[in-house]
Amino acid sequence: MLRLENVLMRQGDFTLGGDLTVPAGARVAVIGPSGAGKSTLLSLIAGFLPASQGRVFWEDKDITMASPGKRPIAMLFQDNNLFPHLTVFQNVGLGIRPNLKLDPSQHALVVDALKRVGLAGFEDRKPAALSGGQQSRVALARVLVQRRPLVLLDEPFAALGPALKAEMLDLVAELLAETGAGMLMVSHDPEDARRIADQTILVAEGVAHPLVATADLLENPPQALKDYLG
Amino acid sequence: MAGRVIAIRAWPGIGAAAFVAALILGTLLAVALRAEAGRGLGPSEWAALRFTVSQALWSAGLSVLLAVPVARALARRRFIGRRLFISLLGVPFILPVIVAVLGLLAVFGRSGIVNSALRWAELPEISIYGFHGVVLAHVFFNLPLATRLILQGWQQVPAERFRLAAQLGFGSKDMWRIIEAPMLRRVVPQSFAVIFALCISSFAVALTLGGGPKATTVELAIYQAFRFDFDLGRAALLSCLQLVMVGAAALLALKLSDRDGFGAGLDRPVLRWDADTAPKVALDTCVILCAAVFLLVPLSLVVLDGIAGLAQLPRQVWQAAWVSVLVSLASTGIMVALALPIAIASSSRHRWLEAVALLGIAASPLVIGTGLFLIIYPIANPFSVAFPVTALVNAVMALPFALRMLIGPVRDVVQDYGRLSGSLDIKGWAWMRLVLLPRVRGALGFSCGLTAALSMGDLGVIALFADPERATLPLQMYRLMGSYRMEAASGAALLLLCLSFGLFWAFDRGGRGHAEA
Repeated sequence: MLRLENVLMRQGDFTLGGDLTVPAGARVAVIGPSGAGKSTLLSLIAGFLPASQGRVFWEDKDITMASPGKRPIAMLFQDNNLFPHLTVFQNVGLGIRPNLKLDPSQHALVVDALKRVGLAGFEDRKPAALSGGQQSRVALARVLVQRRPLVLLDEPFAALGPALKAEMLDLVAELLAETGAGMLMVSHDPEDARRIADQTILVAEGVAHPLVATADLLENPPQALKDYLG
Repeated sequence: MAGRVIAIRAWPGIGAAAFVAALILGTLLAVALRAEAGRGLGPSEWAALRFTVSQALWSAGLSVLLAVPVARALARRRFIGRRLFISLLGVPFILPVIVAVLGLLAVFGRSGIVNSALRWAELPEISIYGFHGVVLAHVFFNLPLATRLILQGWQQVPAERFRLAAQLGFGSKDMWRIIEAPMLRRVVPQSFAVIFALCISSFAVALTLGGGPKATTVELAIYQAFRFDFDLGRAALLSCLQLVMVGAAALLALKLSDRDGFGAGLDRPVLRWDADTAPKVALDTCVILCAAVFLLVPLSLVVLDGIAGLAQLPRQVWQAAWVSVLVSLASTGIMVALALPIAIASSSRHRWLEAVALLGIAASPLVIGTGLFLIIYPIANPFSVAFPVTALVNAVMALPFALRMLIGPVRDVVQDYGRLSGSLDIKGWAWMRLVLLPRVRGALGFSCGLTAALSMGDLGVIALFADPERATLPLQMYRLMGSYRMEAASGAALLLLCLSFGLFWAFDRGGRGHAEA
């Protein structure tokens, strides 16, 4: 369970406040107008941006000041999710040990994860030799071996075509179902939310609102969301 | 955004910068304390000052003046070998000064080809020694640099502007007035200031082609006060003078220069529609040929004479070559140990650390050398640490160039992969090994190559510290020239040339191997 307690983040004129709880294993979409602070919310939860006030808890542990790598979180960014100079195997292996010194059982974990995302045999390739969809699969294989209880997706599939994106989201849903991890996913597209997130956080007018059921929100959108959806 | 996430601590970088600052400022202080301020500047100091400034003005002026037509010809012509020619313009940067001087002597010296021709035609001979020799050598080194800088100016003019000019039917004069003159007004002063600053601190050229009361630079005067008279007070006084001059010139050059002076993209000829008349083609061809002859003939003579001399190399030369390679590798190691941490620290929160590069540009190797001598003298025999001191000073002198090349790529890595590294908890050595080094390999290899070549060919601090038993290859070569053993000196020059270029090539190649996405 992730809990933001009166968190406020200020950056020049920009502010984002939030007081909300994300239950363990929940699949949550983060939607709202662009510039409202969806990515900022994720950066704050992941530890890339400091909260100006308030606290962040995981279960009952205060992680407000923890560094990104020490949080119970795996994250995929909009771009640069893979190191282009490392092989597929190495990129996934980094999720287990950041210095890549893997023992045989960890080695096997990486191979299994790649098999699970449909990339068996791709271990020695470099990312440049893969398609966009395959690169996303490598990143997901790493999320798999990281075994973190919460996965943050900051629009990692935005550059993919609609069909491929849907395929990736379905794969994410499957993987989450297997591991039981929760998810926060930034999205511009309400369809994405409907597809895999049963709950939604609306970020608008400087506030990250508490979770509501996605279906209800999209059927009766508040004014701010209505303006955005058009 | 990634401000809070730093995969590696900043303190090694801050430490390295502090070390460089302490070395430069500490030696300066040691020198200043020793200088006899009351004595003031005597006539010989004033003469050195006048000579230094006037030769630098002439060298910079001629280099820039001659570079404008060469750059224009390169900007508007495409020909086979154009890329090669432009790469060739980068060569003087890693060419050992003393090798170039030997090449110039083979052309303009007493028994050089020019004087042989004059004798044959029963005309009076010319002498390369003195003011004009120093200026000639400086033009040889800096004409290529000026050409590159000015060519860059030409290529920064957007292609659309030339297209528009062609559409409006501009003639040569309109083109000059509206496009070229304003560009040159911006680029020429910058290039002039950079070259002026380089020539102000010239040592090896003045040592070999100058000398005597009429042709002594301040840097050379420091050396003479030190070596010939062992007058530390006078050396210190001259060092202070040198520091003010070099500092002022460097500040001027920096004030005028763009941030990315060494930018890429020089191999793209500017597409133009106004320059294809026969006289202009002839003029450009002639200009490029003249420049090529001026640059290539001395170098070719070094190679030709050297092959004959290689067989006669005395044992000391091989010994000195071995020493030089070690000093150069040590220098490169020190440079990396200083530059990488500084680049890493300055890529996140400590941008101000870049300023240490400015210190390096303003510092003069002989001043640092003098200061180190004064500091070491009471403790140990300075001559016994000649090689470590040379390696250290060469590393510090190469640091500004290395930082300039490394900071950009390191910053890109931190920006592009800082968050990914942070979220995967990759930090410290693992981050260096897995993320940073593979990604900055090219820039690192290039700066290592540059440092190794500069150090290999350096004839500066070592002249200050060496005793008869100790020498680097450039110094050994200088000694051979001094005792008129020109054949052996030519062989040593070829060896030095090969080692300098070989080291540069090896490091640069190592950085580029297995080019990756």
